[in-house]
Amino acid sequence: MSSTEEILDQPLLRVTNLTKSYGGNAACRDVSFDLWPGEILAVVGESGSGKTTLLKCISAQLACDDGRIEYLMRDGILRDIHGLSEAERRFLMRTDWGFVHQNPRDGLRMRVSAGANIAERMIAVGGRNYGKIRGTAEDWMDQVELDPGRVDHQPGTFSGGMQQRLQIARNLVTHPRLVFMDEPTGGLDVSVQARLLDLLRSLVNKMQLSAVLVTHDLAVARLLSHRIMVMQGGEVIETGLTDQVLDDPQHPYSQMLVSSILPV
Amino acid sequence: MTQAAQQAAIPDEQAEIDAGAGPDPNYNFAYLDEQTKRMIRRAMLKAVAIPGYQVPFASREMPMPYGWGTGGVQVTASIIGPDDVLKVIDQGADDTTNAVSIRQFFERTTDVETTTRTEDASIIQTRHRIPEKALSEDQILVYQVPIPEPLRFLEPRESETRKMHALGEYGLMHVKLYEDIATHGHIATTYAYPVKVNGHYIMDPSPTPKFDNPKMHRMPALQLFGAGREKRIYAIPPHTAVYSLDFEDHPFDVQQWEQPCEICGATDTFLDEVVTDDRGGRMFVCSDTDHCTRDQEAAE
Repeated sequence: MSSTEEILDQPLLRVTNLTKSYGGNAACRDVSFDLWPGEILAVVGESGSGKTTLLKCISAQLACDDGRIEYLMRDGILRDIHGLSEAERRFLMRTDWGFVHQNPRDGLRMRVSAGANIAERMIAVGGRNYGKIRGTAEDWMDQVELDPGRVDHQPGTFSGGMQQRLQIARNLVTHPRLVFMDEPTGGLDVSVQARLLDLLRSLVNKMQLSAVLVTHDLAVARLLSHRIMVMQGGEVIETGLTDQVLDDPQHPYSQMLVSSILPV
Repeated sequence: MTQAAQQAAIPDEQAEIDAGAGPDPNYNFAYLDEQTKRMIRRAMLKAVAIPGYQVPFASREMPMPYGWGTGGVQVTASIIGPDDVLKVIDQGADDTTNAVSIRQFFERTTDVETTTRTEDASIIQTRHRIPEKALSEDQILVYQVPIPEPLRFLEPRESETRKMHALGEYGLMHVKLYEDIATHGHIATTYAYPVKVNGHYIMDPSPTPKFDNPKMHRMPALQLFGAGREKRIYAIPPHTAVYSLDFEDHPFDVQQWEQPCEICGATDTFLDEVVTDDRGGRMFVCSDTDHCTRDQEAAE
């Protein structure tokens, strides 16, 4: 397809010299990277290394002090997201982007049913046919391996892993192009994590999603991501293909991180 | 004056007022001071200019508790003049507590003429009903509003709901209707049914039954909404489009009753269910007492 090729010669997201500090403490210093369509980038590092701040800055939830964050809009033009109006940014957030929170309670409306949670984005982009909205919601419940028969149940009656899958369905229903994930498997037990990762991997493949995945779990990065970025103290200390970085880390800190994985 | 004499003087004064000797001289006309009225009028002008937009105003303490219509009373007090004729209804009735006390309040502080006849009134203050009889261009309908923010129960943050109003992000309102259909099989919201005013702002029509929503659409009378505790005023100017939200496959619909009013026999009015005994006896009667009484008179 010629149109795909045209899009492919531009990155989906380009971050240049992003800097953000809280008072005198730099949370992110001079971070630059390109994210290409269909690519999953993992950001790893210990607590306090600036991963979440980076994610919040590039998803326009937090203003950065310096640097540019450009996003390839659907019209094929790279635009600085901090130069967009708030209305445009919020529209992007509801349609073209998804944000998967670590705690599903942050990303779900706990007082309305699972179906209504999935319906929200469809309605936000103009869906006004109840039957169709509900049908799509049930279809998405099925895709994230939730029982469509529970479409009218409140998220509070779901287990942690089910809530996380519901949150993913809620985000993916409008077919976003870019998904931000903040520790999507954090707080889940290991077997549930494995199922969720498996699900995420197949959805990402099927929908040709791009994603920025923040995690401290190297196994998650290994399974899901194409490229990896290791952060320490707000700076990117190593970046490269996931397998390359994890199999042959160059920086002493990356070496320490990789060697600290507990063998079973 | 001795204490006894003072006490004796009070009944006399009251008797004078009751005898219709003019408004109570201890109050300014319509209770509020002139500066307060100007402030409220400014808010109302802004509300009329932006139909459905909730204008903040410096709501005053009124000599009645919140929830008794302090917002509506302030709006009425700011627009009423000596030549106005006032009608006050509570759930359609002219003779229930809230209506009687507010009517007496204005009789005492303004000495304006009051009426129960819808077509004779120039200002109608209402708690939750629109009179059955169509209103005209020289009438003003004042609503008492408890909670003006339609998005409140879905989004508790005021900063966020204001942003949603400004950007027209009203998806959440339909999420509520979705939830209704999912739970009850139909849109079960029967009062405070959200409306879109003039193609932009989503508005809570105060807890009027949805039966009255179609009457708001292109109504010739000016509609003013006052929420005293929440300190908001909003308005629908005459002949403004008011659209009740719905889904394509679940269109907006008003309540219907299987039987006519048991007093006047009307079939096109909003009926109240009245419990008549403790053995399950009940009857359905018009909620608009003025309309019901006159239908009866016409029949006789």
